Amino acid sequence: MSKLTLMTEGEKHVVVTRRFAAPPEAVYRAHTEPKLIQKWMLGPDGWTMPVCVCEARPGGKIRYEWADGKGGGFYLTGEFVELVPFSRIVHVERMHLPDPCPDNHVETRFEPDRSGTLMTMQMTLPDAQTRAAMLASGMEQGMEASYVRLEAMV
Amino acid sequence: MPTLDAAFSALADPTRRAILARLALGEATVMEIAEPFSMTQPGVSRHLKVLEEAGLIVRRIEGTKRPCRLAPSAISEIDRWLDKLRQALAKNYDRLDDVLAEMQSKKRKGRR
Repeated sequence: MSKLTLMTEGEKHVVVTRRFAAPPEAVYRAHTEPKLIQKWMLGPDGWTMPVCVCEARPGGKIRYEWADGKGGGFYLTGEFVELVPFSRIVHVERMHLPDPCPDNHVETRFEPDRSGTLMTMQMTLPDAQTRAAMLASGMEQGMEASYVRLEAMV
Repeated sequence: MPTLDAAFSALADPTRRAILARLALGEATVMEIAEPFSMTQPGVSRHLKVLEEAGLIVRRIEGTKRPCRLAPSAISEIDRWLDKLRQALAKNYDRLDDVLAEMQSKKRKGRR
């Protein structure tokens, strides 16, 4: 049973929703404090985030670097546009593979939901083709994770 | 009709994913694609052949050039891969659940 939904919307958007059993303040902090981000935003098992810059103020810089522990890795840079503690984050990000991919504009909302939080993250890409490419490159990590799970089951 | 397996293996290579990301910006020639990579044109051409056979790019002939762009089918196929991305994200957020539980229990201890 997955609590996550991920859908494309229109030509340029991707919308992710997820509920958490913690108040918006905690979920917001886990999205803006480097020491917390480094604990969960890791993708497949075995990956780490050795570098996490997250200057949570308008114009503040974002830089996440991921490593697979085998010499491989990639990074993401971005800037914060707007922050409303503990309900809304607007930022721009781009993957580097290693050339920069097109900008992804991301709006993340945290709303009280009974005793927890409903997170809604809307990504906006420049066009349908860019969105496709982004999903294609993100997919790789998901594939790796499912292969690992498969190996564990066999 | 390209198979999903061919598309999967075509995308298993980081250079080919980067080439797709480049083509997402618009049509490009082999020379334009090769430029940011420390790779020869024949090297890039080999990757393009894999992508073309997997149905992820299409090429047209313009004089001596063969410019490439993302195939429309790549977009619909990628929609089918959303499930895979969903799994990767789900893993991140399952981990976040643990982080949040830890934060909440620390807070409760602090109040005691």
